[in-house]
Amino acid sequence: MSPIINSIERSNVELTKEDFVSGLPVKWCPGCGAHAILTAVENVFPKIGYKKENFVIVSGIGCSSRFPYYVNTYGFHGIHGRANAIATGVKVANPKLSVWIATGDGDSMAIGGNHFIHIIRRNVDVNILLFNNMIYGLTKGQYSPTTPMGAITKTSPYGTIEHPFNTGELVLGAQGTFFARVPDNNVKLMTEVMFEAAKHDGTSVIEILQNCIIFNDKVHAHVTSKEAKDENQLILKNGEPMIFGAKKNKGIRLKGTRLEVVTIGENGITEDDILVHDQYQQDPGIHLMLAKMAPPHFPVAMGVIRSAMYPTYDDLVEMQIEQAKKTSKIRTVNDLLNSGEVFEVK
Amino acid sequence: MSKQKNTIELDSAVVKFVGDSGDGMQLTGTLFADTCAYDGNDLTTFPDYPAEIRPPANTIAGVSGFQVYFGSKKILSFGEKLDVLVCLNPASLKANLKWTKKDTVIIVDSDEFNEQTLEKCGYSTNPLTDESLKGRKIIQVPVTTLIKNKIAELNLNVDNKTALRSRNMLVLGLTLRLFNKKTNYVENYLSEKFASKQIIADVNKIILNLGYEYYNQLPETQKFSFFVPPAKLEKGKYKNVNGNTATAWGLLAAAERAHLNLFLGSYPITPATEILVELAKHKSLGARVFQAEDEIAGICSAIGASFAGALAATTTSGPGLSLKSEAMGLAVMTELPLVIVNVQRGGPSTGLPTKSEQADLLQALWGRNGEAPMIVMAADSPADCFYSAFWAAKLSVEHMTPCVLLTDGSLGNGSELFKIPDVNTMPEIKPPFAKPNTDYKPYARNPETLARYWAIPGTEGLRHRIGGLEKENITGIVTTDPDNHELMVKLRAEKVQRIANYIPEQDVFGEPEGDLLVVSWGGTKGVIRESVIEMQKEGRKVSHAHFKYIMPLPKNTEQIFSKFKKIIVCELNNGQFVVYLRAVLPQFKYYQANKIQSLPFFMDELKEKYYKLLEE
Repeated sequence: MSPIINSIERSNVELTKEDFVSGLPVKWCPGCGAHAILTAVENVFPKIGYKKENFVIVSGIGCSSRFPYYVNTYGFHGIHGRANAIATGVKVANPKLSVWIATGDGDSMAIGGNHFIHIIRRNVDVNILLFNNMIYGLTKGQYSPTTPMGAITKTSPYGTIEHPFNTGELVLGAQGTFFARVPDNNVKLMTEVMFEAAKHDGTSVIEILQNCIIFNDKVHAHVTSKEAKDENQLILKNGEPMIFGAKKNKGIRLKGTRLEVVTIGENGITEDDILVHDQYQQDPGIHLMLAKMAPPHFPVAMGVIRSAMYPTYDDLVEMQIEQAKKTSKIRTVNDLLNSGEVFEVK
Repeated sequence: MSKQKNTIELDSAVVKFVGDSGDGMQLTGTLFADTCAYDGNDLTTFPDYPAEIRPPANTIAGVSGFQVYFGSKKILSFGEKLDVLVCLNPASLKANLKWTKKDTVIIVDSDEFNEQTLEKCGYSTNPLTDESLKGRKIIQVPVTTLIKNKIAELNLNVDNKTALRSRNMLVLGLTLRLFNKKTNYVENYLSEKFASKQIIADVNKIILNLGYEYYNQLPETQKFSFFVPPAKLEKGKYKNVNGNTATAWGLLAAAERAHLNLFLGSYPITPATEILVELAKHKSLGARVFQAEDEIAGICSAIGASFAGALAATTTSGPGLSLKSEAMGLAVMTELPLVIVNVQRGGPSTGLPTKSEQADLLQALWGRNGEAPMIVMAADSPADCFYSAFWAAKLSVEHMTPCVLLTDGSLGNGSELFKIPDVNTMPEIKPPFAKPNTDYKPYARNPETLARYWAIPGTEGLRHRIGGLEKENITGIVTTDPDNHELMVKLRAEKVQRIANYIPEQDVFGEPEGDLLVVSWGGTKGVIRESVIEMQKEGRKVSHAHFKYIMPLPKNTEQIFSKFKKIIVCELNNGQFVVYLRAVLPQFKYYQANKIQSLPFFMDELKEKYYKLLEE
């Protein structure tokens, strides 16, 4: 992991996982996917290397949003759906903070959908950990905007009749500059992806396919289980061909304007035919197709799908302020009050 | 200018310029007001424009007006009955006749009174020729004809269409002459404004003077004029400022005195938008202005900014305040400073967006889930918005609590002369920062104010977590312990109540005891004060207590109330402050004067109420 270069002040001592353990009892259900996310965050924060006081974790409401209490950083547990808006204020007010958001599928894509698309559109330099368990957990099992069509839940006893969001499609549709996806049972990949997110300047969205053991158990199992993962996950690596499968012989090829799964060694297909991942590509076309891949015809793309360079909102704010400070004659409020039309009574 | 024959001296005058939206009435009125300010008159101005941007021409819906109230005396209100009404079309006349009195001078563009324009606004006969205006002082000016003739006479290189855009300048010139004022202020303005378009500047000046000189062509019976002597204003520099701009400047001044960056999270909404627009200009003062995707993001971003150590504010109007309610509770729970400016408009729901009302008080006080007290203040004049915004920020920061500042549409859009203060002599604002590397407890409090300490992310040794869940006193650990919850509710309430120790005592205008105490709050101060002055002149024992601090009330409120035989609470709503007073100080009997027409109080209706009470 190469060091991150930006204006956030770095720690001058080596930090460890223990520096970020809050010591509060963790109250998620045993077996909940959130535990792994906590582990990954505790792993990656010391590696990122910023001073420990420069991390801020903001959350909304839901199981995911208890996250700030369990990490020893500055933390803010907000209200339902508003973590992205609160975090925008934190980052714009103080761009020298590393801002992380813990949120869920309901928090960010239902009640907070508006803030979610707009923080992405603005490209505020924050990192969003989106716990996608495809269910409302804390209210005990109602369908969410990512619940698969037809699923039986407490509020859809006859099956849902709503088309779910594909998180990646929504993020890219909102002009997202960074999107990654990871399963909750691969802490190593999660840690790597979080590091990549920290490196990215702009809004980084990490969709974590999280299991809710109580209300939506095994909802991701067809992708994340030990038996399924080799055939149903494509772990992307920048600059490397998109190869997957237990035998590492399946790959993704571009045919016409669409992706297809091919087998290397069959029908004259060689490794040269396989698409090479370019996460830095500005054009989101392939990224979008990768984000939308799903079984049964495709594996689910994991890892960093997109990481494109664009100016960040908070940098642009600072640049405008610096520029105005250089050029404006109004340097104090007294200057302002005495500018323009002034009438003097002698 | 010296007084002439047929010149009537007035201590004040109300002039209103009215025309179609797009006729330039706002500019005309502003230039007239600025000329008055330049001449040393005290003044207020009040725009009266439709919600639509360009409604159909010549209709009542499209009428746009600008009122100037100026005088040699202290001008407190926006003025009532008009001394001069300037109308650029029949609709303007029809819409404003109700504000005239029998000796109002009405200047009309007679060229605009034709069959078509009369019909558009529902006149079946021409009011200039039928008997309906008999006895009024009507000055008919054929504005279009005069302009066309002048352009032809001077053979100016400008087409009629362009020249006729300056019809407003002609009536402005005549009105200036009518008040024995000079045109040089307006001419200087035109030279600067059209510096790069000399011909336009020239044409405007020619038309301005055409109107000015037209006075000489008036029949002898109409050759009267007015003179309003300069006011005895305190020495110093002044600006003519509206309440929204003053609010923006007050927040900037507070940020400077607190040595904090200002953060504004806001979403455009009439009539509060201008605060956002004004602050967006001032990046050189470090203002971080975030135009949010909605009202909720406006306040939530501000709460985030406050957590991160900025002086945070959000600005809105009634419907927006409703949307912010949940987040306001979050600011109460996290005990962070936050200024919430609500420029009230007529409600409920979308209501009357461009009209003013005082009907959000109870929402500001109590419109949240749970026990969620916060400071509630109300500005009382356009210039006072500057000081109210400053104090809202100061109290909010120093006491670590959100504060609602109520202004209203009339204060926000209305203007008055503002004596420019030296910001460096304004009180310092001292944020209660937590000291780095101490044993920080998020809910440990200053024993006197009960304010918790502000630990800014990035500061060494102060990492902590706060949020909307109830927290254990001192430690800030999440808990649902019953005794702790009761304690925290009471602490948050007591913290706000103790602010009464840090605000000025309530003043009483007039004798400290008497037959009637007139009580009011917010934007009605001017006209109510004027009504009380008249009552006092008429020998009545009437005094006035106008409240700026509502939550908490000033400490001496009870003592003031106890000295009067009767108390009347005047509000532009169905009775809200009175509900609050009945709850907080139930030992007094309160009479009410309420008006819910989205119009200001008028002096006569107030006095009638007072007299009735005095005689009962």
